[in-house]
This record gives sequence, structure tokens and C-alpha cells, in this order.
Amino acid sequence: MSNNHNQYTIALAGNPNTGKSTLFNLLTGLRQHTGNWTGKTVAHAEGFFDYKGQSYQITDLPGTYSLYSNSADEEVARDFIIFAKPDVTLVVLDATALERNLNLALQVLEMTSQVIVCVNLMDEAKKKGIQIDIHKLSQKLGVPVVPISARNEEGIDQLLDTIDQMVRGDIQTNPLQISYNRAIEEKIEKLVPFVKQVIGDHYPARWIALRLLDGDMSLLQSLQKEPRQFLKEVPHYACNCSTKSI
Amino acid sequence: MTQAKLERLSDAKPGERFRIIKIAIEGTMKRRLLDLGFVPGNEVLVLQKSPLGDPTAYRVSHTTIALRNEESSNIYGERMRNEQQS
Amino acid sequence: MRATAPLNPFEELMSRAQSLTDSDTREQIVSALFQTSQAICRESVHYTKQKKHDETEKLDRVLTSKIWGFPIMLAMLAIVIYITVAGANVPSSMLANFFNWLEGYIGLVFKQLHAPDWLYGILVLGLYRGTAWVVSVMLPPMAIFFPIFALLENYGYLPRVAFNMDRLFKKSGAHGKQSLTMAMGFGCNAAAIMSTRIIESPRERMLAILTNNFVPCNGRWPTLILLASLFMAAGYTGGWKTFVTAGVVVAMVLFGIIVTLTVSWILSKTALRGVPTHYTLELPPYRRPKIWDTIIRATLDKSVYVLKRAVAVAAPAGVLTWILANIHIGDTTILTYITDWLDPFARELGLDGYILMAFILGLPANEIVMPILLMGYLSTGALTEVDDLHSLKQIFLDHGWTWLTALNMMLFSLLHYPCGTTLINIYKETKSKKWTLLAFLIPTSIAIAVTFLTTHIVQWFDLL
Repeated sequence: MSNNHNQYTIALAGNPNTGKSTLFNLLTGLRQHTGNWTGKTVAHAEGFFDYKGQSYQITDLPGTYSLYSNSADEEVARDFIIFAKPDVTLVVLDATALERNLNLALQVLEMTSQVIVCVNLMDEAKKKGIQIDIHKLSQKLGVPVVPISARNEEGIDQLLDTIDQMVRGDIQTNPLQISYNRAIEEKIEKLVPFVKQVIGDHYPARWIALRLLDGDMSLLQSLQKEPRQFLKEVPHYACNCSTKSI
Repeated sequence: MTQAKLERLSDAKPGERFRIIKIAIEGTMKRRLLDLGFVPGNEVLVLQKSPLGDPTAYRVSHTTIALRNEESSNIYGERMRNEQQS
Repeated sequence: MRATAPLNPFEELMSRAQSLTDSDTREQIVSALFQTSQAICRESVHYTKQKKHDETEKLDRVLTSKIWGFPIMLAMLAIVIYITVAGANVPSSMLANFFNWLEGYIGLVFKQLHAPDWLYGILVLGLYRGTAWVVSVMLPPMAIFFPIFALLENYGYLPRVAFNMDRLFKKSGAHGKQSLTMAMGFGCNAAAIMSTRIIESPRERMLAILTNNFVPCNGRWPTLILLASLFMAAGYTGGWKTFVTAGVVVAMVLFGIIVTLTVSWILSKTALRGVPTHYTLELPPYRRPKIWDTIIRATLDKSVYVLKRAVAVAAPAGVLTWILANIHIGDTTILTYITDWLDPFARELGLDGYILMAFILGLPANEIVMPILLMGYLSTGALTEVDDLHSLKQIFLDHGWTWLTALNMMLFSLLHYPCGTTLINIYKETKSKKWTLLAFLIPTSIAIAVTFLTTHIVQWFDLL
């Protein structure tokens, strides 16, 4: 992730119904319909925007509850984060259902350290009397957390600044690693050297070991494919709408 | 608490709360249920049945999820009958 | 290590992992995750209000209630269609007038340039009128229907429809989320085919793909609305006319749903046997959509879409139809040869050769069926000017139409094969020629059977 990139890449991940597409539309100005149901974003949409002289390509991943390969959608999202190695992965969380939403954020943190957590629907949470200690959350997760309300276009400047700082390398993250029980940790330890041997340092070894222990066959299949080839296969709905910069 | 006292989520009535103890479903569906917050130890509020009687909507982890009888009858736990929560 | 043969390193890694893992591992991993997020939430989230009654839950108690759930769904459908029917007339005729006015000037330009008649015929009477027809008839209803639909969708109502309807789909062996893919079909069947990816089980997904066509898409709405208002609501005036028209269109949609459920049920008992798979459905909170934003976005999206289709498909089809109708072999045109040949079969379905030919030539897009039909009917071989609906009806009456013809055309339109784009998408998604062919044959044979029966029953009982 060097500075001679003329374009940075951002992946947008999150549960369904978290306002992910609203944020996507807001950032890119892409004329795209936002849906309200599970898996509405069937293939992923792509858009572009500029901020502080940098141009960004942002990919809206399918809305999923998890990345543990329960469905084709989850595989697409997982493979994108692992193989396309976006410069920033934005995880959008629903402030009114943080507990369930955090599951996905934790999974992403195991895969990459270039993560910004975006707590959306802050306005609704406030209405429902839910108070979220953003600072504490950020401390716990070890990555920047930005409260926003995509609907009301609140917090977007702060989000963009955080993205800008992250791609410039001004933010050091220390993503939370979940500690599993002893038995699992021991198994991970045993497996990690072999993972490194077979797959190399290019991918997060601990995470892959964990997925293998979980019996995730589809991941190995994806790994076995030439990653570049995979990237070509991903259906793109490219729409260059870079005219609207925020 | 004895095993014999386990009840099915599908038997809980709208308005009742239910504490999950065991999920007797295997594979992907179990995964999905766990992802959605149907986790042993967690509490579920039965909201209402669909007009035709099935599926039923539950509040779990501050979200509303509908399950069919096939699934909810394999989720075991204890009913908590302090109905008037409103 | 047991295996001595040089294993693929990936396989070796996999078998090593498998030897370490046991059935509990999965659950332990997930519960570790869940406990971690619970712990984080305990420290960073505070609830200040005791949850009283959630707005959403209150609304759901009505919108998905035993008594009101279905009536409200039906009412919503009826209202959306009513507004579409009532609102589309005026802008439609305004657009038509505009295109007529413009055509006058284009004609003058052609005269000035001394353009040959055949060029004027192809470009103006074929291409221009074909496009103009599609735009003025298609655009207004779509520009009304989709914003309203998008509002309902963004508000969060559609998952409730899936919740209400699930039992019916389960009974017919299909997936509850099929109602969501059907809702997509109202917009465009081709897009809906892509959206069936939300159904994970291949069997149920195939059901959703094969039956999606029974939901009228934006290329067929206007045909349904037009024929309903010309023939079914002919005896009424004013508000009643709109009301009856909307009622007939709603009945068509309901009939399409019944056919969907029936076909799903038959398929799941035969070619696609199996039990319904597991399913979970989230009912997201109702959220007031950004009203103007949604309306503007949906209108623009649809307008651009309709205009693009008009140029891409209607224009060349207009040209082709004009050529067929103007090239003579002996005394008759090619078009007449075709329609004469189709006529006997079409009569059995209560249609005529022209209608059937319009459907066949309309394979690339349903939008152009009506324009092709009108073009065929006109002796000059050019598309009619859409100046008013009465002259339109007269054209139909002159060709022997009755309400039965209109009904059969509506039924055929609702039930017949999917358009070319949809078929291509079906092939892309299923990667199977067999299923693509079935996606063509099943609806087509149903369309033929239903119109055949309707015609013969009506004739038998002498209802005409």
C-alpha cells in the first residue's frame, strides 16, 4: 500500500439494513436504488469519489450477518476483503443493534488491520435512548470508530478525514484479537506454521487457521485459485460518477 | 434446572420471554441462527405470529427475526412467564 | 502423517486441520465471538429508556395481524395501481401530443431534403413512431408506479409482505423470500432473476427463477392498464372508470400470484422435488424514507431505463416491423403472410394472427408488443399516432376485437414466455440450456392453455 497509488480502494461491509447503501450513495453520488431487505445488493456495486485531492474507489459488498461462508454473498464479501486487499475496509454498524452487528466487525478485524468502524443510525439510537460510548468502543476494538447518520449526512466529514488519515498511514491500529478457549488456541498454534508454509505471508495466517478449524472448505478453494483470476471473475458494475466530490 | 424441563421456543406465546439453552439444529442453519443472536444463554421475546400462523417474529439482540416452526421447535430453553413487560 | 503419496499441499493442510477439529469447534468459535461482542456492548452501550412499546412493533401488530395483514396488503397493491392508472393518462397524452407536433416538423425537414419515401417510412413512420409510442405510453405509468413502490420498499414494508405470505410459499414448496424476488419482478423480470441469489437453496432458487415471469414487469403494465381501461372499463366514466381499470389490473396481478404458487407447487412435487429449506427473515425497523430523495431517484432511474430500452429495442423493432409491413411478395406483404399463417392457431386462443406475431416479434422486450400490433393493424404499415385513446380503441374494434380478445391478450401478456433479456439472464444464472428452455416452455404452455380454455369456455356458454 504505497503512496504512488493513484487511487485508493475502500470496501464497505456490514449487516443488511444498516444503511450501508445510503452511505455508499452519499459518498459516490451513484444513482443507485437503496434496498431494505436481506441481500439486496446481490452483486456488489462500485463507485468513485474524491477527497482532499485523493481519488477513491469504493466497493459496496453484499450485506451479510457474518463472513463465515454460510452463503454465496458471504463468500463474495469475505474473498473481496482477503484477496482484493482494500486499503480501507469500512464496517458499517447499526447503532440500534450493536451487539449483533459487532460480530461482523470482529470477524473483519481478524482479517485485516486497515479497518474503520462506522456506527450508523446514531439519530435513531438517540431516539430510542441508546447511548454509545464511541471512545470506549474504539479503545476496545483497537481501530477508529466514527459515529454517523448517513440519512441526515451527519459525521461524514469526520469519516472522510479518518479515511484520509488511514490511507496516509497516520493511524496506527491495534485490532482486537478474540481469545478463544485454550483448546482452540492450541490448535491454532499448531496449524499456523503449516498455513504459513503452504499459503505464505500474504494472507493472515491466524485467521486462515481458524477458518480451516471451522471446516471452511470454500476458503481453500478460493485460495487455490490464482487470486488475480478471482478478481477478474468478480462481476463489476462499474459506474464512474466521480463528478460529485464531497 | 433439569433437562426434563426444557421447552420448545415454538411453544412460547406472543408476549412471553424465552431463555435459549440448546439449539438442536445442525449445519448452516445453526450457524445462521447463532449469527442472528439465537445463542444459548440469550433471551428472546416472542412478538407475534404471521397472519397464517407461521412463521413467528421474535425480538433477539434488539432486532426482529422471523422463524418458521421447523426451526423454532428445535430451539430449546425455558419460558419466562412474566408476561406484562409492557 | 498417514499419507505418503505426495499430497497437494492444500489437501495436506486441509486434512491436518480436519484432524484437529471436532464437532464442537464451530460453536465454540461463534460463542467466543458473541461473548466478546456482548462484553464490549456491556461496557460501551447504555440504555437510558426502558423500552416501552417500539413504534415498529406497534405498527407490525396491525400490518401483519391476523385480521388486517392480508386486507392491508391487497389495499396497498390496489392503491399503488389506482394512483398509477389515474395519474398516467394526462402526461401520456401530453407526451403523445408533443411527439405528434415534433413529427410534423421532422416531416417538413424530410420534405426540404427531398428524402425518398422509403427513408421517411423507415426513419419516421417506423423508428420515430415506435420509439415515441413506447416513451409516451410507458414512461408516465412507470414514473408514477416506481417512486411509490420505492417509498414502500424503503419504508420497510416488503419484508412484512414476505412475512405474511411465507406460509403460502412454504405450502407450495417454495422459499419465503420468493415474494421479495417477485416484488423485484414488478420492475423488471431480468433484474429479478439476478435477485433470486438471495435464495440459497438451488432448488428453491430455480422455482423462483422459473415462475418470476408471472409477475407483470414494467414492459407489460402499460399493456394491461391500456386494455383494461379500453375494454373492461368501457361502460364506466370518470372516477369509476379508473377504479374498474385498477380493479382489473389488480385481479391480473393476483391471478399471476396464484399461477406462481400453483406452478411452484406442481414443480416441487415433480421436477424439483424436495422439502423447503431452512429460512430466517429479518423484519427491519420501519424507517421513514427520505421522501423527495427516493421519489427523484426512482423516477430518474426508471425514466432513464425506459428511454434506454426504447432506443435500444423499440427503435430497431419499429424499423423491422415497418420493413416487414412494406416489402411485398406478389400482392401481399411479408407481414401479412406471417399473420395469415399464424391466424388459425391464434383464433383458438381468442387472439388473431397480428397479436400473436406482435408477441413473437416482441420477444426482445415486452414494451414493443403493443406498438408492433398497432403497426400491423394499420393498412399503411406505419405505427399509429397516439393522439387519443378512442381512435386506438377504434383500430382494435375495426379488427374484430371484443372484450374477450382484450382479456386473452392480457392473460397471454401476463403468462407468456419471459423477454429475451430475462432468458439470457436465466441462462447466465442457471448455466443450463435445459432450464432456460423450460423457463420458456412452462409459461408459454400455460399462456396457451389458459387463453384456449377462456376462449372456449366463453364460446361454449355463449357469454359473448
